[in-house]
Amino acid sequence: MKHEPIRLGETDTRPHMIVIGNGMAGCRAIEELLARDPTRYRITIVGAEHHVNYNRIMLSPVLAGEKTFEEIVINDHDWYADSGITLLAGDPVIAIDRAARTVTTRGGITMDYDRLLIATGSDPFIIPVPGKDLPGVIGFRDMNDVGAMLAAAEKGGRAVVIGGGLLGLEAAHGLSLRGMAVTVLHLMPTLLERQLDEAAAWLLRTALEARGQTILTGADTAAILGDTHVTGVRLKDGTELPADLVVMAVGIRPSVALARDAGLDVGRGIKVDDHMVTSDPHVLAVGECVEHDGQVYGLVAPLWDMCRALADGLVERPSGYRPAPTATKLKVAGLDVFSAGDFSGGDGAEDIVLRDASRGIYKRVVVRGDRIVGAVLYGDTADGNWYFDLLRKGEDIASIRDALIFGQAFASGGGQADPRAAVAALSDEAEICGCNGVSKGKVLACIDGGAHSLDAVRSGCKASASCGSCTGIVESLLALRLGGEVEAGPKTMCKCTSFGHDDVRREIVAQGMRAIPEVMQKLHWSTPDGCSSCRPALNYYLLCALPGDYVDDQQSRFVNERLHANIQKDGTYSVVPRMWGGLTSPKELRAIADVVEKFNAPMVKVTGGQRLDIFGIRKEDLPAVWADLNAAGMVSGHAYGKSLRTVKTCVGSEWCRFGTQDSTGLGVKIERATWGSWMPHKFKIAVSGCPRNCAEATIKDFGIVCVDSGYELHVGGNGGIKVRATDLLCKVATEAEAIEMCAAFIQLYREEARYLERTAPWIERVGVAYLQSRLLPGAEARAALAARFFYSQRFSQDDPWAQRVAGAEREHHAPMARFQPQEEMA
Amino acid sequence: MIGEWLDIGRVDEIPLRGSRTVQVAGGDDIAVFRTGENQVFALLDRCPHKHGRLSQGIVHGGAVACPLHNWRISLSTGEALGEDRGCTPVVPVKVTAGRVLICRASTLKAAA
Ligand code: SRM
Ligand SMILES: Cc1cc2nc3c(=O)[nH]c(=O)nc-3n(C[C@H](O)[C@H](O)[C@H](O)COP(=O)(O)OP(=O)(O)OC[C@H]3O[C@@H](n4cnc5c(N)ncnc54)[C@H](O)[C@@H]3O)c2cc1C
Ligand code: SF4
Ligand code: FES
Repeated sequence: MKHEPIRLGETDTRPHMIVIGNGMAGCRAIEELLARDPTRYRITIVGAEHHVNYNRIMLSPVLAGEKTFEEIVINDHDWYADSGITLLAGDPVIAIDRAARTVTTRGGITMDYDRLLIATGSDPFIIPVPGKDLPGVIGFRDMNDVGAMLAAAEKGGRAVVIGGGLLGLEAAHGLSLRGMAVTVLHLMPTLLERQLDEAAAWLLRTALEARGQTILTGADTAAILGDTHVTGVRLKDGTELPADLVVMAVGIRPSVALARDAGLDVGRGIKVDDHMVTSDPHVLAVGECVEHDGQVYGLVAPLWDMCRALADGLVERPSGYRPAPTATKLKVAGLDVFSAGDFSGGDGAEDIVLRDASRGIYKRVVVRGDRIVGAVLYGDTADGNWYFDLLRKGEDIASIRDALIFGQAFASGGGQADPRAAVAALSDEAEICGCNGVSKGKVLACIDGGAHSLDAVRSGCKASASCGSCTGIVESLLALRLGGEVEAGPKTMCKCTSFGHDDVRREIVAQGMRAIPEVMQKLHWSTPDGCSSCRPALNYYLLCALPGDYVDDQQSRFVNERLHANIQKDGTYSVVPRMWGGLTSPKELRAIADVVEKFNAPMVKVTGGQRLDIFGIRKEDLPAVWADLNAAGMVSGHAYGKSLRTVKTCVGSEWCRFGTQDSTGLGVKIERATWGSWMPHKFKIAVSGCPRNCAEATIKDFGIVCVDSGYELHVGGNGGIKVRATDLLCKVATEAEAIEMCAAFIQLYREEARYLERTAPWIERVGVAYLQSRLLPGAEARAALAARFFYSQRFSQDDPWAQRVAGAEREHHAPMARFQPQEEMA
Repeated sequence: MIGEWLDIGRVDEIPLRGSRTVQVAGGDDIAVFRTGENQVFALLDRCPHKHGRLSQGIVHGGAVACPLHNWRISLSTGEALGEDRGCTPVVPVKVTAGRVLICRASTLKAAA
């Protein structure tokens, strides 16, 4: 049945333009058109919402109570009247008939058009889980949603916001200001992952938690609970969270149903050309509902450009739309977050990073070939627009590069672009080091007093000795005062930081740091996520500082430690089960023989560490191999780890005619006590039954040579690249003392050596006298070290193989997918 | 009809700053990486130096350090960074609605 068309404005003979959607893009397009030619079209705007055109972006401040609806109106009723526009508000279009060139509204109005402009925006994406349609589950898109949130907040209670993106966090912020207890569920491991790198996301999360929000990352929603109204949310891992309101802010989908029904070309959005013309030349589309060159949009800046291109096309001065980089901000009062362009790094891209831990600031500018390609700012976003401007214009920043990260005021101040000149211009009273309250005058006096290196200044007047953020300025002062005579400081950990290993360790403990991104932030790392040298070191330092507490970061471990096996040159792995003190049994040997045959291992070899090494195992087969070895009672031999390797023994007094003590038995006891511990480097122990030393104890990290009267304890031996014989540490009378000293020595090494420093170079560096001073005089200090060692062992003596066999971290072993080209072609 | 892209799984099956592999019968595996910034890249799992499995390396920034001799390989171009010279083929990859899709044609080529 067809309605008789109702014809509005019949007397006006100008071509009729109908706009579907009274939102931001639709109205802006009309403003642009009117500015070019106010009389060309007779215009009707049809809007589903009851309101006049308002600024959707500002719904967040309305929710937060910072603005009223009246304050966010863009065009009031007078504008429509003055511009001669007919507005049909609150009556959505339900059909387009392109052949007849009419549109029909739900209220039954059918109108002819000469030009149609579709600007229907987007719909919130509602995750298809049970309970999604319950009352109390809403999106965050328009004034109705804000109304629903305000009504819910009146009653207090709990809100769950699904989605930790811009929209979700703004909703969460508003609801928590309105008095609700808010939990944010985010599927990804870090918040705002599309806008922020990990470091900035960590700061943001910490700040939101400090404001009382609960943030759950890696949280996958399974169902919305409730009978007549929402009562909670269940996650895939079984967790249930009570909720009186659920806001879904997981994303948006272009609103294309009308266009698709009308037979227009639709992909993810309504397909348009550079002039916003759809597959039908009489129909235009603009805003979030369109797809241009494969892209869809969710921010206003590109929409403004589209509206310009559309209007230029309509008045026959086509300019065309070109996608440009976009910038975003989070609109949460007191939390400044800005990101623009591409900050994924990659080829030839260099990061300039500034971290100011005491002020909670993180800035990162990504530069490629002397052009800015991206920026992430947290805490201080004042220069966001300046960076974004440089980015969009593709300005060559070579001349201001050194000062770029300090911001516009600093970098574009002509002669000030040289950071040294800027430092020279500071007054003597200017505070250089905020942590220790050191002025420029004091630093200069310290330098004049003979401190000619960064380290000397740090110990002389404490400048840059705490958080290190003023290191650059102190270095500039040294250079200014001494010219070329600055002495090089100790080696830094890697190119990501200006700190050495010892400084980093000290600060981790002193500041109670708990995670790698936290260390990188507080100590001003110059790269977003470190490199393959500092990440494993930081992971170890944290593990050592926080036994039982720290969650190991697998991605910061070298492959062998991640897969608990040694990678070989052909990409297969070798597997070495532990053989305590070099002892074995028929059962173990049989299990090894069976594994070799079952998995077709091409080689099995007796190692230099008194055990067997099975070669050529594929990473997929590792868990199965381990399961078989576990079944025979064998555990990981850590032949792959910066950890205890082997305890070599000789036969000793049980069998040998020269043996003075039970070296085999002691070796087994020591291996049982020390296996599984993570160390700065690999660590080897041996116990020989007499000074003939068949177990080669004097080239081990810790070696015991048994004698009639007891045990000689040796340390710092190395049989590798540079052979070093041990130093004698001391002599003890009993096995118990030998074991305690071994534990205390290991702990000292664990706490004080630098990552990848074996005991030999460590002892060359600190001297055996230092070790003796720490380990020998008081039983108390030694006992405390040993106690710390045994405490940390409580958490590390879980066989990692057994954990994997039980299914832990299966993703390390199984491929993600398999591809059979034959099947494909069949 | 066979599409252009192969769906290999959910993006969150790849650990952040880690990688997973796709086994290709009769050819080199494909290594699919996810950076700390949640960007996804795919390369043949084969270092240009001595064919180390790049999937087993440490991912940092937009690069991976090969597990065998620590060459740094760019994830976006497959080229060795720094002093080293060499290049490993890139497999086009995209993420749509949380699913990782790799280019079918390149995958067939890897198998050939
Ligand atoms: C398997 C084994 C050789 C053998 O067939 O006997 C071996 C094999 C490797 N050694 Fe070794 N070393 C083996 C005993 C030794 C010994 C002898 C010993 O422990 O009594 C030494 C000299 C003693 C020492 O460490 O002071 C030794 C000194 C080295 C070094 C030089 C270390 C140094 O400080 O200079 C390296 C290189 C490194 O660690 O950076 C090394 C590195 C390696 C690596 C891990 C090379 C690598 O990175 O891939 C080899 C792994 C092969 C694999 O996949 O299993 N291996 N390596 C021995 C395993 C012992 C075990 O049961 O765990
Ligand atoms: C809470 C919130 C905060 C935001 N913050 C920012 C920000 O800080 N920065 C930024 O750049 N962007 C932000 N955005 C995104 C920005 O608002 C959108 O990009 C912009 O509004 C899109 O404009 P549009 O005209 O395409 O869609 P809309 O503004 O949504 O307009 C579409 C209109 O069409 C109407 N409509 C739909 N179907 C029909 C129909 N069949 N008949 C009649 N009318 C119909 C809708 O009701 C709606 O009024 C935010 C969005 C939200 C919801
Ligand atoms: S000596 Fe060299 S080649 Fe032999 S196992 Fe040790 S590292 Fe490998
Ligand atoms: S094989 Fe990759 S660095 Fe040698």
